[in-house]
Amino acid sequence: MSQSVDELVGANAEYQAGFVTQIESETLPPGLDPDVVRFISAKKNEPQWLTDWRLQAYALWREMPEPVWAHVHFPPVEFDKISYYSAPKSQADGPQSLEEVDPELLRTYEKLGIPLHEQEALAGVVKSNPNVAVDAVFDSVSIATTFRDKLAEAGVIFCPISEAVHSHPELVRKYLGSVVPQRDNFYAALNSAVFSDGSFVYIPKGVRCPMELSTYFRINERNTGQFERTLIVADEGSHVSYLEGCTAPMRDENQLHAAVVELVALGDAEIKYSTVQNWYPGDENGKGGIYNFVTKRGLCGGPRAKISWTQVETGSAITWKYPSVILRGDHSVGEFYSVALTNNVQQADTGTKMIHLGNNTKSTIISKGISTGRSQNTYRGLVRFSPTANHARNFTQCDSLLIGDTCGAHTFPYIENKQPNAVVEHEATTSKVSDDQLFACQQRGIDPEKAVSMIVNGFCKEVFRELPMEFAVEAGKLLEVSLEGAVG
Amino acid sequence: MSILNISNLHAEVAGQPILKGLSLQVNAGEVHAIMGPNGSGKSTLANVLAGRPGYQVTSGSVTFQDMDIADQEAHERAVAGIFLAFQYPVEIPGVSNMEFLKAALESHAHAKGGNQPNAAGIIKQARELAKSLDLNPEFLKRGVNEGFSGGEKKRNEILQMLLLEPTLAVLDETDSGLDIDALQVVANGVNKFRSQDNAVILVTHYQRLLDHIQPDFVHVLADGKIVQSGDKTLALELEEKGYAWLT
Repeated sequence: MSQSVDELVGANAEYQAGFVTQIESETLPPGLDPDVVRFISAKKNEPQWLTDWRLQAYALWREMPEPVWAHVHFPPVEFDKISYYSAPKSQADGPQSLEEVDPELLRTYEKLGIPLHEQEALAGVVKSNPNVAVDAVFDSVSIATTFRDKLAEAGVIFCPISEAVHSHPELVRKYLGSVVPQRDNFYAALNSAVFSDGSFVYIPKGVRCPMELSTYFRINERNTGQFERTLIVADEGSHVSYLEGCTAPMRDENQLHAAVVELVALGDAEIKYSTVQNWYPGDENGKGGIYNFVTKRGLCGGPRAKISWTQVETGSAITWKYPSVILRGDHSVGEFYSVALTNNVQQADTGTKMIHLGNNTKSTIISKGISTGRSQNTYRGLVRFSPTANHARNFTQCDSLLIGDTCGAHTFPYIENKQPNAVVEHEATTSKVSDDQLFACQQRGIDPEKAVSMIVNGFCKEVFRELPMEFAVEAGKLLEVSLEGAVG
Repeated sequence: MSILNISNLHAEVAGQPILKGLSLQVNAGEVHAIMGPNGSGKSTLANVLAGRPGYQVTSGSVTFQDMDIADQEAHERAVAGIFLAFQYPVEIPGVSNMEFLKAALESHAHAKGGNQPNAAGIIKQARELAKSLDLNPEFLKRGVNEGFSGGEKKRNEILQMLLLEPTLAVLDETDSGLDIDALQVVANGVNKFRSQDNAVILVTHYQRLLDHIQPDFVHVLADGKIVQSGDKTLALELEEKGYAWLT
């Protein structure tokens, strides 16, 4: 006799990216105080204004309470046991070219399948990935950036933010914290104080970025939090598509990841930001795994600007993440497409905020939550229409899929409307992969694992359609891997 | 040539004995009708043959093409050639009929070690079958049974049967809920399917299906056992007298 759905959701998929790179690191002792903040700033040789900005954020953070409203449960994070800076030692002076990059690092990226080595990337041109530039962040230091020359030709700036602070101080100073201020929330304040590295992108007026930009983040060092700061500015009439992928090695301890991503789209500009998040989720009993407490927000600063977030979240022990859009420019557009899959004892509280300020602004939210094992999966969204947002519209669709009967799906949609002529639509469904559906597939010869994967992929179709091609394939595979384990 | 041999089969659902010593021999080229009152075990028999989880064989044996299938999972039986047309076909939203048919055909091809079928060929074949069953070929793009009427769902089952070409097709009350026209279409599909190489088991309440599909044998199931077997005239007799005289 074959298994029922309930029997299929027991074990965990083996985490495929769970290797640790043996490499000598320069790591600060655990704990956070103003001296640590100054150390980080000095290490990066930052100008005084940035050191002050960090210290200001630190002071704010000290006064702020941790948010407790999310539908997630975990023992308190011991912030003084975290090390706030880690850099591979052999890279202390910063690599000047790929040849100087520690081969061990390159092998790590090879295992992850990132075409970091320029030769490989170029070889990849023929095969699959002709138009992706990669900025890889290994713990706290961005070690190499490919394709920079080709981008420079188009006037696109794509570099580690620590470098942009020196090479383009006016841009960084103008936009850093302009969308996510230091005091925004507890984790954003922490990030502002200690952010390590991340990507900086600037697309000049009227330029269509000639390739997809991509960053792979990876947390390697034990007990280090990772605090990236990403800032993308699309000047008037420009266009960029940015891909972000995340993995982390298997560790028994929980690791904190508190990133901040800020997007600025000026008039007629468009930013498409896609994430495939596959941080280590912990084992089947919830030991280890990443706490992914991330603040992502975009500002449609001018008329007809457009920001589109697409995320596929399958990893992390706990996810706390609400990529949002502030629709300030008239006729601007915000989109949020999300697939969040939780298995075993994972907890996800994710969704979006669409803040309508401008006239005729429009937002779309499509959220697909899949829960299995004993996991808890929450959609939390806010759609707000201010009195200034005449004839604004929102469409929200929120679907939950349950596999088995020991998991949970929760939906908290908030709508705040202060503009009577706004149009709001909200649709929501909750469904279950039933034993009957599984048997119907099996009776036609389809094995249970494939059947579950087919049903889940069908459920996510609307979101996968939004992903760039290479990512869509990766996301499909990732889902299959996560579910294959579920069907153990 | 024997296709199915059921010998003294006992089976239970949720600890409740339903089949109590059922025996049946089905050979290639034959159509068997299984009739009987509600609760006699007709649908249980169909589900036991397909290996549905929750249907527990407690004793007796089922051999399919001379192979004991007791330990085979449902999908293994399916690729071996056992097909069940469901009494209540389920909806699978988001998975298009085309994807579903392709996955099913691929699984069958994989099990037989043959070449993977090509998508264009499947589409062409499925569209032709759809037309022959009075289904709008556009249905291929829609979710499996999503928003289908009862009749469309049943016709979709027949389409799958014709596409997968099983050795043994078990139709579980495929006639229920069909109007006369749909019944005729479904019957035509089954008649088209019949050959000297396969066999059909029709589970039905009503004689009317047997006006359109001529069975070689009619069996009456009561309280988990076959209590009477005969040719198609038995069905007419049942129509007239009901089941009471047999039990």
